[in-house]
Amino acid sequence: MSLRPPVFSIRCPGFAYDGLPVLDAFTLDLQPGEIVAILGPSGGGKSTLLKLLAGLLPGCTGPSLTAQTAWMAQQDLLLPWLTVRQNILLGSRLRGESPAQAEADALLARLGLAAHGGSRPATLSGGMRQRVALARTLLENRPLVLMDEPFSALDAVTREAMQDLACSQLAGRAVVLVTHDPAEACRIAHRILLLDGRPARLREILRLPQPVPRDVRSSALLPALRQVHAALQAGSGMEMA
Amino acid sequence: MRLPRPLLARPLLTLAGLLLLWEAAVHLLALPPYILPPPSRVGLALAGRADLLAAQAAVTVAEMLLGLLFGALLGASAALALLASGTARRWLLPLLVASQAVPVFALAPLLVLWFGYGMASKIVMAMLIIFFPVAMTLYDGLRRTDSGWLDLARIMTGDDPRHRFRILLQIRLPAALPALASGLKVAAAVAPIGAVIGEWVGASAGLGFLMLQANARVQTDLMFAALVVLALCAVALYGLVDRLSRRLLSWQPDSHTLSGPN
Repeated sequence: MSLRPPVFSIRCPGFAYDGLPVLDAFTLDLQPGEIVAILGPSGGGKSTLLKLLAGLLPGCTGPSLTAQTAWMAQQDLLLPWLTVRQNILLGSRLRGESPAQAEADALLARLGLAAHGGSRPATLSGGMRQRVALARTLLENRPLVLMDEPFSALDAVTREAMQDLACSQLAGRAVVLVTHDPAEACRIAHRILLLDGRPARLREILRLPQPVPRDVRSSALLPALRQVHAALQAGSGMEMA
Repeated sequence: MRLPRPLLARPLLTLAGLLLLWEAAVHLLALPPYILPPPSRVGLALAGRADLLAAQAAVTVAEMLLGLLFGALLGASAALALLASGTARRWLLPLLVASQAVPVFALAPLLVLWFGYGMASKIVMAMLIIFFPVAMTLYDGLRRTDSGWLDLARIMTGDDPRHRFRILLQIRLPAALPALASGLKVAAAVAPIGAVIGEWVGASAGLGFLMLQANARVQTDLMFAALVVLALCAVALYGLVDRLSRRLLSWQPDSHTLSGPN
């Protein structure tokens, strides 16, 4: 990695829910072209952290990033009355811009959804819906991309294909990826952070300099995978063989 | 979605059975027709006075339709105002709810005094009854937009207040349509009540007016005939609103038919 100054330097004094501290203070510096994965136990505040970064929750200092962010929530948030094509163009519809139909159709084709552009979300499977939500996120041309378990509903083969697609489509942007899958983090992240404890603390556990996506089945990534697993186990307090 | 034939046939058979029972009871008990006319006599009145009934029904149907239209427009505007302005919520909402404690029917004589014996007083009467269910269901629907959708819209528009109207039109309103449809169905069911009450208090035409006239002349068969026509108009109005809302909500995966699961 070059030593360019970080584009996004986000400082957050922490976050409390109902007076109960959920998140400790954290600082996150993000560079363009960098994918940062955040791992941690369920209910550990990962989604809250993403919402803080997006400016959906008050707390973080500095200029609001809301207008520079593309956000993919854990739920697909597809609007049931719109077709798939209209859903992925929602951003331009809401901003009153002319929709990029050709770009949308090209992306749908790359996601294997070319035949479903005119379908309503209710007719799609969970995995297809997640791919539509991914397409909607990728079409938003924003320098900061926040994704909350974007590949969780996909089968193993589709997941890798979608990870590859995301890596190529998001090249040059700063990406924060929340995931529960260490292999996914090792495959496509440049930095892996762990969020655990109560209140949750954010800390870096690994830097991976090689280009993404990587081959997780190669032995070269084994030490990284082991290190991430060990950190997760230490954080969870569970003893495992 | 239309009612499948066998589902329609069953309630019709039930109705035919009830009519037969009625006919038999009148003959067995030897009831005079001015107390309870047999269905056959009502049928004769329906056929013989068809022109009169159709002319009066046209007036009542027009009152119901216009009352429904204006009441729904007024209710929807109130819901939007309540959503848009905290001031409206604080100053208007408690009054609006409390106003429902006033029996609207008690206002009918006043409405006739203000708006005359013509259609206007009946339309206003129907409007007053329809306004509340539409305003409340739509307001409720508008308030309950999925917070995830709103978060997404906030980020997509960069929290720019200039785009708020588009969020209302493209997310909040469509999301509230199922709630509005329920309100409109309630409204369609009560619209005939408003129109007929208005006609009873003072009118020169309409099915309610005809019923009062027939009642005074002990033409009980004509009264029942007017009642049948009124019921048919009410069912048709409900069916129309039901079909319209189904068309509007075709994206909703689960739509039950009138009769429920088979």
